[in-house]
Amino acid sequence: MKILAVLKQVPDSTTNIKIRADRADIERAGVKLVLDPFCEFALEQAVRLKEQRSDVASVTALIVGPATAAEALRTALAVGADDGIHLQDEAFERLDELQTAVVIAAVVRDGGYDLILYGKQEIDLDSGQLGPALAEALDWPHVGAVTRLELAADGTTFVAHRRIEGAEERVAVRLPAVVTAEKGLCEMRYPSLPNLMKAKRKPVRTLKAADVPDLGRMIGDIGGVKLHAFAPPPERPPGRILQGDTEQKVKELVRLLREEAKAI
Amino acid sequence: MTNDILVFVEQRAGRVHPGALQCLTPARALARKTGGTVVACVLGDAPDAAAQVVEQADVDRLIVVSDPALRFYSALRYRTALSAVIATVDPRILLLAATVMGRDLAPRLAVRNRAALATDVIELDLTADGALDAVRPLYNGKATCHVAFPADRLAIASVRPNTFPAPTGAGKPARETLPYAAAPGDDRIEIKEVVKTGGDIKDVSEADIIVSGGRALKNEENFKILFELARALDAAVGASRAACDAGYQPHSRQVGLTGKTVTPRLYIACGISGAIQHLAGMRGSKTIVAINTDPEAPIFKVADYGIVDDLFKVVPLLTQEVLKLKG
Repeated sequence: MKILAVLKQVPDSTTNIKIRADRADIERAGVKLVLDPFCEFALEQAVRLKEQRSDVASVTALIVGPATAAEALRTALAVGADDGIHLQDEAFERLDELQTAVVIAAVVRDGGYDLILYGKQEIDLDSGQLGPALAEALDWPHVGAVTRLELAADGTTFVAHRRIEGAEERVAVRLPAVVTAEKGLCEMRYPSLPNLMKAKRKPVRTLKAADVPDLGRMIGDIGGVKLHAFAPPPERPPGRILQGDTEQKVKELVRLLREEAKAI
Repeated sequence: MTNDILVFVEQRAGRVHPGALQCLTPARALARKTGGTVVACVLGDAPDAAAQVVEQADVDRLIVVSDPALRFYSALRYRTALSAVIATVDPRILLLAATVMGRDLAPRLAVRNRAALATDVIELDLTADGALDAVRPLYNGKATCHVAFPADRLAIASVRPNTFPAPTGAGKPARETLPYAAAPGDDRIEIKEVVKTGGDIKDVSEADIIVSGGRALKNEENFKILFELARALDAAVGASRAACDAGYQPHSRQVGLTGKTVTPRLYIACGISGAIQHLAGMRGSKTIVAINTDPEAPIFKVADYGIVDDLFKVVPLLTQEVLKLKG
């Protein structure tokens, strides 16, 4: 069995997001980039499956991104992935998520993978499109936002747990399949320094747009949204601190919620 | 491609998701601009109850796909069934709610139908050349951006719940049925079990009101007072990451960056300081109340009403007052 962990590099969650003057993007200079936390869960799950099972031959980590993404790939190799694929080309950076999914599908379709893991959404674009879109591009099943994954002994099916509104589902799926990770699936281990050094010697294949045959035709009729007019979030009007003793404050709150906010 | 707007009205076990019904409101506004009609569709094994709800709303045409295989949501079966509806209607725009199901399904539909997609949108408009232009939050609510769609293909948008009001006005839609014709391999996903969680307390992703607690609750036992307030308000109980990581509440209740993004009508934050990751998950709420002993806590910056006081005194009193109000 071969497992693929798809990764994304994103601005650190504590980043103070500033909008560029032309509003075409956020300000990227000086922004600290990290491996997306949901991708960390996915990667760790992939590595644990390899450690726990003799039938898992390899874990490959794949990332689409500029030269800086090599660092996220190296983290993945230090955590336990065996090899890496880096799709690095300016042409790839102009793709939207659906187009990216179509390109990844083309690259991995004949790779012999049985299970692809990714995060349930990315903490930069927050869209969560890539996982399900990749599954559809491959015509594989997928289960989104998984909190527990149990691979059957024979390695042909798995049961995934996922939360829906007010309930938890247990879903049985035939491989090959895509799974996207929710918080709770597993926490990524900290890559040790020796493993970071060893990771340097693990093979990474870099692919350019020219290495993806028929790229233009493949993405010409799908997706193609353009993000523009970035803005800071709408300001909330300044709030009111209620005065008086505890009882007065509570009574005033209930009155305001009822009469002014009409919220209760 | 017609000028019609198709709305997928999600239901589970006969219950229509409020966020799905809300999609009919922007759908009508868009249809006025395109000159098309609003077509709703409902899928399920017994979608009649949901179809009746949709028939009360402002819809021109209703398509119902009823099949035992559609009892539970399966990404494969639902994408197949809905793709058949898309092929029949040939809409210019498809709207669905950005729920667990909508977020899961929309990307598959987009790829299968060679469409373009924006998720979790909060505004929708048409440009002069007839293309869809949406607004969506990103970077955990720390920014918004416009999403420009190409005009030459189906545009799909999932709409953030509680952004648009429920539709008003009634239509008398003609009801049509379409069969579910399974695609090869649709049975590769099988729902084995659906277990209700949270007892009588709603889930944060579907509640109109959320009572949320932070590390200041100190332990799981103390959350009891939040559950009492939640029951009085018919609300869900949420928690900050700090409270979940400390084990006071399960991660399914976590609001914020690695938890859920929520947009309820009322969010009551109790003993939550308001870390940037938490604010990201709840700042879209309509009305925010903060209860905290620290007047400098960042949560007060986003709160409409703040009470600087001990939550252990405030919350029980608040529960009492709410119960009085409800008689």
